[in-house]
Amino acid sequence: MTDDMIPAANLLPDDVDLTAPFGNGTLPNPVTTASGCAGYGREIAKFQPLTELGSITTKTIMPYPRAGQPTPRMAETPSGMLNSIGLQGSGIEHFVEHELPWLAERGARVLVSIAGERVEDFADTARQLNGRPGVIGIEANLSCPNAANRGLVFACNPATSYDVIAAIKEVADPALPLYAKLSPDVTSVTEIAAACVKGGADGLSMINTLLGMAIDTTTLRPALAGVTGGLSGPAIRPVAVRCVYQVHAAMRAGAVPEVPILGMGGIRTGLDALEFVLAGAACVAVGTAVFNDPTAPLRVLIELREALAARGFAKLTDAVGFAHR
Amino acid sequence: MAHPLQIRAEILEISQVGAYHRMVLRAPGVAARVRPGHFAALAVGGADSAMLLRRAFSIHRADPDAETISLIIAEAGRGTRELLRARAGDTVDLVAPLGTAFPHPAGATTALFVAAGYGSAPLFALAEQVIAQGGSAGFILGAPTADRLYGVEAARQLTPDVLVTTDDGSGGIKGQVTLPLAEAIKAISAEAVYSCGPMGMLRAVTEIATAEGARSFCAVEQAMACGVGVCMACVLPVVGEDGVSRLVRSCVEGPCFDGTRVRWTDVGTIPADLHGAAAMGVR
Repeated sequence: MTDDMIPAANLLPDDVDLTAPFGNGTLPNPVTTASGCAGYGREIAKFQPLTELGSITTKTIMPYPRAGQPTPRMAETPSGMLNSIGLQGSGIEHFVEHELPWLAERGARVLVSIAGERVEDFADTARQLNGRPGVIGIEANLSCPNAANRGLVFACNPATSYDVIAAIKEVADPALPLYAKLSPDVTSVTEIAAACVKGGADGLSMINTLLGMAIDTTTLRPALAGVTGGLSGPAIRPVAVRCVYQVHAAMRAGAVPEVPILGMGGIRTGLDALEFVLAGAACVAVGTAVFNDPTAPLRVLIELREALAARGFAKLTDAVGFAHR
Repeated sequence: MAHPLQIRAEILEISQVGAYHRMVLRAPGVAARVRPGHFAALAVGGADSAMLLRRAFSIHRADPDAETISLIIAEAGRGTRELLRARAGDTVDLVAPLGTAFPHPAGATTALFVAAGYGSAPLFALAEQVIAQGGSAGFILGAPTADRLYGVEAARQLTPDVLVTTDDGSGGIKGQVTLPLAEAIKAISAEAVYSCGPMGMLRAVTEIATAEGARSFCAVEQAMACGVGVCMACVLPVVGEDGVSRLVRSCVEGPCFDGTRVRWTDVGTIPADLHGAAAMGVR
């Protein structure tokens, strides 16, 4: 197929090759869960076999146990929600001992989201994933406050983003693709993307939540105990599609080295996922939609396959970035 | 935790019951899995709804023969208002049963059931189990005003030991459910108190029950977003069997807790001895 052709609609969904680029390799299909929206897989496994998904992305794991923010932690907003969970978790040791083996036994392909408050925290956490069955990649959650930089998130600055990615790359198993998860709350997302790829990122996850806030008009106080929170859900989808499109365009223009993009932000249906693919994402993650519909990841996969077939795409990869033609 | 099903459930009935609404749903496969204290999570609106978060309701009744469950719903905001706009014959996306139920009463026990408003919804089925096992049950049902009581007649059909309290004295004893609690525990020699209502009430019920030598099992009403255990919104501090306090999910580890394990006064805070508090800079 040439870039100028609108493909013919003559395919059955089962005929579509969903093999999705992931790092330097591939996954059987492009759909994963967005970090923080599917725990460590146990709960959503009651609603769909985890092996049906291309991968499962874990809730972000830190080097140490972390209580997270006090409640209230969540506020519903139009077509979205704000959360201020505060990265609650039991730490990497608990994860590799109690959660990862459960996932590995079930054959799940696990993309492990990690974070820290210091560059070394990311590296220490990543090191503990080397040689662990089930792990297919690492996603660095760069939207974590940097203790060494006035609590500003790593993702807001090309240099700190680079530092984190390079530090992980230095210690992590080179066979594990490293994805940098980018924040949309920056002046130029392509600049951060370029810094991450230069630092050694094998892929880019985009986007994380947008910083937002709601005030409870009954209590007359911020709705979240953490005051501000991350906005997610369909409300942010246009922002996410724009970010993916811009970075993919920069890759086509040679301004950013080409690596696969894992797109996310408000995906609720297969057509939403297709938007991200057309913008340039090779994989897609379903996040907040899981709270509304715990079967959403598998449903989105099925709907995406139907949508690709209906548009005559024999291969997922033929559709990646198709909106740029 | 229960093994939930996600189904498109037909609404068989929506009816006004005092200040509340009862919704009866045809839920094949769900009813037989329900134990008292389990809850259901309903999606609001259709696939394009701008309200993404499910609304959670304790399951009032489950009838495995008729394959139905019923919920008691109070109109509390946009979501419940939208749900109550439905009519019989409409369908709703249901995930149920969810959560950890009340512990099954052991043998012929004497239990006191204490609730505020429609918090009583899950307690009648449990009281019936107690009675069916040769035990006996008493109730204390309270509300701000008489019209916001739920299930007083249903309780009286089960037992003569029913006390009613209202904050304004418009029904029964003027005061809160905790006012006659200690006397009621003594009067029927209750071995366990099962309660459902606001945090402050559950805390007071637990204190009184414990002082009277009774077990205290509480169903919490913590705001939830997903209901299935992935979002971490509905956490509260609970002391584990290892003595360590952690923030645990009301929707998975709860909503029914041993009241003596919940750190009621610390709900909504990060106490310094909580697992992982150091990482939050709490000392």
